[in-house]
Amino acid sequence: MGNPCAIIGIGQTRYQTKRLDVSIAGLLREAAVRALEDADLTWDDIDCVVIGKAPDMFEGVMMPEAYLADALGAAGKPVMRVHTAGSVGGSTAIVAASMIQSGVHQRVLTIAWEKQSESNATWALTVGGPHSTSLVVGAGGYFAPHIRAYIRRSGAPDHVGTLVAVKDRENALRNPYAHLRIPGISREMVESTPMLWEPIRYLETCPSSDGACAMVLASEDAARRAPNKPAWVHGTAMRSEPIFFAGRDTVNPQGGKDCAADVYRQAGITDPRSELDVAEVYVPFSWYEPMWLENLGFCGEGEGWKLTEAGATALDGDIPWNASGGVLSSNPIGASGMIRFAEAALQVRGMAGEHQVEGARRALGHAYGGGAQFFAMWIVGSEKP
Amino acid sequence: MPTNHALEFPGGYTRSVGPVIGRFLSELRDGRLVGVRAGSGRVIFPPLEYDPDNGHAVTDEYVEVGPSGTVESFAWVGEPLPSHPLDRPFAWALVRPDGADTAILHVLDVGEYERGAAPPKRLKPGLRVRPRYRAAAERRGDISDIEAFQPEVTMITAPSRLEYDLKPGRALDRFLEGVSEGRILGHRCPVCRKVMVPMKGLCPKDGVPTTEEVEVADTGTVTTFAVNNLPDPRAPQVPFVSAYVLLDGADVAMVALVSGLPADQVRMGMRVRALWKPREEWGRTITNIRWFEPIDEPDVPFDRIAEYM
Ligand SMILES: [Zn+2]
Repeated sequence: MGNPCAIIGIGQTRYQTKRLDVSIAGLLREAAVRALEDADLTWDDIDCVVIGKAPDMFEGVMMPEAYLADALGAAGKPVMRVHTAGSVGGSTAIVAASMIQSGVHQRVLTIAWEKQSESNATWALTVGGPHSTSLVVGAGGYFAPHIRAYIRRSGAPDHVGTLVAVKDRENALRNPYAHLRIPGISREMVESTPMLWEPIRYLETCPSSDGACAMVLASEDAARRAPNKPAWVHGTAMRSEPIFFAGRDTVNPQGGKDCAADVYRQAGITDPRSELDVAEVYVPFSWYEPMWLENLGFCGEGEGWKLTEAGATALDGDIPWNASGGVLSSNPIGASGMIRFAEAALQVRGMAGEHQVEGARRALGHAYGGGAQFFAMWIVGSEKP
Repeated sequence: MPTNHALEFPGGYTRSVGPVIGRFLSELRDGRLVGVRAGSGRVIFPPLEYDPDNGHAVTDEYVEVGPSGTVESFAWVGEPLPSHPLDRPFAWALVRPDGADTAILHVLDVGEYERGAAPPKRLKPGLRVRPRYRAAAERRGDISDIEAFQPEVTMITAPSRLEYDLKPGRALDRFLEGVSEGRILGHRCPVCRKVMVPMKGLCPKDGVPTTEEVEVADTGTVTTFAVNNLPDPRAPQVPFVSAYVLLDGADVAMVALVSGLPADQVRMGMRVRALWKPREEWGRTITNIRWFEPIDEPDVPFDRIAEYM
């Protein structure tokens, strides 16, 4: 794992449908300046900038790293862009961490964003070629059949998806940055919304958001001078797998299982449910909570929905998932993975405000992307490993 | 029977404006907005010789305000009269320039709208606007030196187009040749022996090239599916069912439309057959298959399809 890596600064924008008051550069700078302020640093103190976003078609800005280099204070410094579809926010943080762990840099600024209001995500995700046979409408159209397969395989009752949709939105009411804040959110409210891609209802899907999330990662030496308590990286892992191959398990992908096993091994974790205090997991459709509970080894196969139903993943449960409200409450796609990673770090720093899980010492940040084929995870802790 | 009668003073009245309004109009002719400070400290715009609140004389301090300002309220004119300053829909608006404490009533031009149009959504109190002046040579020191206020620039449209010449490649070419003859072709992997449809000339799992061609049936089994209630250009009618169909003889399910029965009757394990378009409409495209329709065979038990999803 190399040298210790600390998270000493975190900045987020408020997530909302349209941020018409800022340019793309302005949006990123808003998050970056907040992260720098948290770390009590200026642009001059940064050695390297690592950015990430989802496909270029979202904003139609090709090679955004070229356009953004000067806006992010990277003149004369290395700047690079990471791209792994929806998991990119996580992968970007991991690449940035590797710059510290390798000993190459002391302080790395990493930012992920999406400004979805500049086009239309469903269009951007559905641009097919003339030879393509796919007939899928956006992310929901792609994931709905796999959710149906999960429900059938596990025998989960229909209302489990509703429970997650309500729980995450209740948590969002405690998070000032969250996009969807629905006072009085209830099962009845979720169940009264139409099926978009059956079995996925409207309120069981994530919103489309503008927003950015930034972190300042630092070496042990640089972390010593940080004014606020740092979080420490205890493990990072990425995996990928092809989207179509014979024998692929699309409900419980091998790539996710392997990625989790790797990151747990690095952090010395054998039982994630009891050894982690909180998890921020990429759940863009409510049913992905029970699906990822199983994929990430929080329970056995077919058991995930029982944890959700028993309230284990609620804010007052034994293993809270998405205390921040999660992707279901805020989804600037390219940033969503980094928000999970940053929220995990905020928890172990004790800086998560009203959605703080009391005494959180170790947390999982998780992201996935593409056709559930890219995975990125980190475990962060309050103590230096 | 009424008789038309017009009274018009020849040449118009010659109105002296005094030092305060004169200063305002002189600055306006130069393309600047100024207000005057009252004894209370407020900046009155457009300036007056007195504080309208209490009648006290104003100070002699002129303050440049704007040019940006905020719409405080407005009245929409959807059908302008001949005497109106614009011949297309506009608003009369109270605009308070930045730095001023009072507002001016002026014309607000929010863009091109058809006569009779409803006020646009973005027209609301709080809208940020700036004056559009007449050309300098045409300005006369008159309130109409400002043609209209107009919204600040908040967005640009960035057209973008990428055009490619795409080649399907050898394997997909063969697949498309097959469907142009009404046959569905796949490749068998030399390592895992699985049959992939449509083929790409490689096995993504084993990372090896594939060449062994296999013809599969145009019948198959629905493994899993989505009922889409959002329309798509390729399936404009909702609800439509996009399903994974495991063709008989294939080892990977392919995404296809399923139709020919109500969406709520589609089942996992349902047996289906391709509905081909009429032969004369065939081309080198998978859309030769219009969709898959149910056939009269018993459903395949779930445990026999579970490993294909
Ligand atoms: Zn193979």
